[in-house]
Amino acid sequence: MRAVPGVSPARRQEDAMAELIEFQVPNPAIIGRRAAIIADLADLLPAECLVTEPRELAPFETDAFVSYRRLPLAVALPETTAQVSALLRYCSREGIPVVPRGAGTSLSGGAIPQEDAVVIGVSKLSRILEVDYPNRAAVVQAGVTNINISQAVDADGFFYAPDPSSQLACTIGGNIGMNSGGAHCLKYGVTTNNLLGVRMVMFDGSIVDIGGKALDAEGYDLLGLICGSEGQLGIVTEATVRLLAKPEGARPVLFGFDSSEAAGACVTDVIGAGIIPVAIEFMDKPAIDICEAFAKAGYPMDVEALLIVEVEGSEAEMDAMLARIIEIARRHGVKTVKESQSALEAAAIWKGRKSAFGATGRISDYICMDGTVPLGQLSYVLRKTGEIIARYGLRVANVFHAGDGNMHPLILFDANNEDERMKAEMAGNDILRLCVDAGGCLTGEHGVGIEKRDLMRHQYAEADLNQQMRARSAFDPNWILNPSKVFPLDGRPDSLETRPAA
Amino acid sequence: MLHPETEADVARMVGEAAAANTTLEIVGGGTRAGLGRPVRAASALSVARLSGITHYDAAELVMTARAGTPLSEIEAALAANNQMLTFEPMDHRGLLGSTGEPTIGGVFAANVSGPRRLSAGAARDSLLGVRFVNGSGDIVKSGGRVMKNVTGLDLVKLMAGSWGTLGVICEVTFKVLPRPEAAVTIVVGGLNDAEAAHAMAAAMALPVECSGAAHLPESLVRAFLDGRLTGGPATVLRLEGLTPSVAVRSEALQAVMAGHGTVAVLDADETSQLWREIRDVKPFADRPGKPVWRVSLAPMAGEQLVAALRLHTGVDAFYDWQGGLVWLAMEQDPEPELIRGFVKALGGGHAQLVRANAATRSSVAVFEPLSPPLEALTRRLKIQFDPQAILNPGRMLAGV
Repeated sequence: MRAVPGVSPARRQEDAMAELIEFQVPNPAIIGRRAAIIADLADLLPAECLVTEPRELAPFETDAFVSYRRLPLAVALPETTAQVSALLRYCSREGIPVVPRGAGTSLSGGAIPQEDAVVIGVSKLSRILEVDYPNRAAVVQAGVTNINISQAVDADGFFYAPDPSSQLACTIGGNIGMNSGGAHCLKYGVTTNNLLGVRMVMFDGSIVDIGGKALDAEGYDLLGLICGSEGQLGIVTEATVRLLAKPEGARPVLFGFDSSEAAGACVTDVIGAGIIPVAIEFMDKPAIDICEAFAKAGYPMDVEALLIVEVEGSEAEMDAMLARIIEIARRHGVKTVKESQSALEAAAIWKGRKSAFGATGRISDYICMDGTVPLGQLSYVLRKTGEIIARYGLRVANVFHAGDGNMHPLILFDANNEDERMKAEMAGNDILRLCVDAGGCLTGEHGVGIEKRDLMRHQYAEADLNQQMRARSAFDPNWILNPSKVFPLDGRPDSLETRPAA
Repeated sequence: MLHPETEADVARMVGEAAAANTTLEIVGGGTRAGLGRPVRAASALSVARLSGITHYDAAELVMTARAGTPLSEIEAALAANNQMLTFEPMDHRGLLGSTGEPTIGGVFAANVSGPRRLSAGAARDSLLGVRFVNGSGDIVKSGGRVMKNVTGLDLVKLMAGSWGTLGVICEVTFKVLPRPEAAVTIVVGGLNDAEAAHAMAAAMALPVECSGAAHLPESLVRAFLDGRLTGGPATVLRLEGLTPSVAVRSEALQAVMAGHGTVAVLDADETSQLWREIRDVKPFADRPGKPVWRVSLAPMAGEQLVAALRLHTGVDAFYDWQGGLVWLAMEQDPEPELIRGFVKALGGGHAQLVRANAATRSSVAVFEPLSPPLEALTRRLKIQFDPQAILNPGRMLAGV
């Protein structure tokens, strides 16, 4: 969620000169054949499904990682699996790179195209095909938004669990590509734990069905491999997802602590006690200040760290669980305890947290990191993050999912100050290295995309990356799918490096 | 038999086997050796000496152990901290008549899960990180020890359930959870299989979070709880969690289930015994010899499969996972075409022949045959991990 509003064409030029992240060099032979390629694509799709005018292509030049942008060759918005298949068969035969796209809400640049690529967007594949309550499954097309699934089954007492913060816009196809999480994944897991099956079009246009309404699929766990593969293994056009019975109610409690250490220890003890809240959100002092100034949620201003813990269930259950959680918080010297007695009070507790990114965006540009660390390392990583940020002379606000160690430091900077922008990116990279060194990983839920691609060697040895790339090659031997993403541009399989550029 | 003591030993031995083009059977505790297709390998490699818990921080709810660590050692260490594996791995010794000690590597290599798979996911959902040696002798790691990780391709999931055909798993890191403070089982009596399917679907539609939903037809119900379940078929629903939660949920569930059949409640000890027996397929373990199938399909299709089969052949069955996991014991022949034909007609799924002699397992497709494009993809993946196909050749599929 980068907030860099109103980037002018002139700015864009400037960005291009100062980019830390490289793209593959576009193939001039493909760009040179643009007119012929567009004519061919027009044979495969209805006219309204093909975007080729530069002005209309502009919305597709980036995603939510807006510092980087590239105009694609063309954008195809197919309405059927058969059209996706025809497009991929064509692009494969012609050696044209393909960039799959959901709603373009990726925070890591996973959907940013390149000049010689055709974007295949799933936004017109937007039908819910089947809702099957007895089998607790829904079959949906890939362009259905995340929230649409839950809304469609809400009145009947069901929901779809993963709830990324972009859920109003993001598609289930994109969620599968990124293995999206959300605030509730502490209890319900991420996309991979809630996906039962997919229909996917392979690089060459062939169509495969994997899984279905059964809990386990046959053979290798291809579903597990596809989930989070960032559009590099194929284009998912339909998904079967698991529905769950909606809990009776949910209620948050807010805690203020004198130190991040005490808040962190409280998190560990709550989880260790066998109470599984649906969410445990953490905010540090700068985040509290920013959110309170914006949302006037009534957050305590005399504390160093704030936790929002939410439980679900019937009234009696929630009473019992919250009583225990409050008892644990007291053992850790909690300074402020704010219980919610009504829906209104619950909304007030969440109001500040939910506006955190927006409130931050109002006062500054920022980049949001996504490293995940073991729970025991939270305090250490927070302290070190502060040191790194101070070294670059920047500011940071920490707002994150504490229950699963998924950190989201927001690094504040001035996008109009070239030097600060570079410093922010470099500080972000240092923080991600810190997360890996503390036993964690580069990204918990946002994906690698282009943003973290060049840090992959910090987390993985050459043999680890090679094995991942070989697995990828089994699905897409010529690497036409989303080629600039995830894996460092150098060191890719030999057959690719020697592929003629023209 | 090769007996590596370190991951480096495994890498060297597999590398040498690859150089000499020697096929290897990968062996853990051997309790599940009878699963899958029989492996014909020139030599064997045992991970038994790669043993021991290497990292366990109870507060972080994560454990790391070498592949050959006995499951009993892991469960004892967890129990000492009042924790458990959420996916409730089945113990195959009773059903297969095997001996020895199951290992944690084997549990993940076969993605072995039990009744709680319904609510808490399979072994693959608990697996956070893995270190393995591929068929070229390279040491590869994937994932780590954090709960959320989308850094690169998720080879962790792929390794779970790959039956040692993609690599030799050397070390696994997995999520653990506190043991539930309270557990009860609601027994709904007197339902036939079709009625039970509807009752279980109704239970799963309630906000009570059943952590187990099984149906034990009249013919098999006496095999459980030492025959104490009387009164005909039993549809059983497990609730686990904090004591006050379980009390509230139990009442809510009983109120709804009273509209389906007679209702009784089992206490924590009986609950523990019953679900262990369901997990380990006790009725068929008690009757050795007959071919046994494990069929995974849409929950409502389970009883339809059994009803369809009964018109053609002698079969006994009970249901787990809300009806979506059917344990079938055949009176006579394994009848793979018949079973798979009905599974396909009922919307798909997969049937695995779990118990049969080696001759049958060689002649019958033990695992569900893959569609041609998926089989081609499977073979391409295999080559990318084990180019010379030296690891557990044929365990899953001829040549894989």
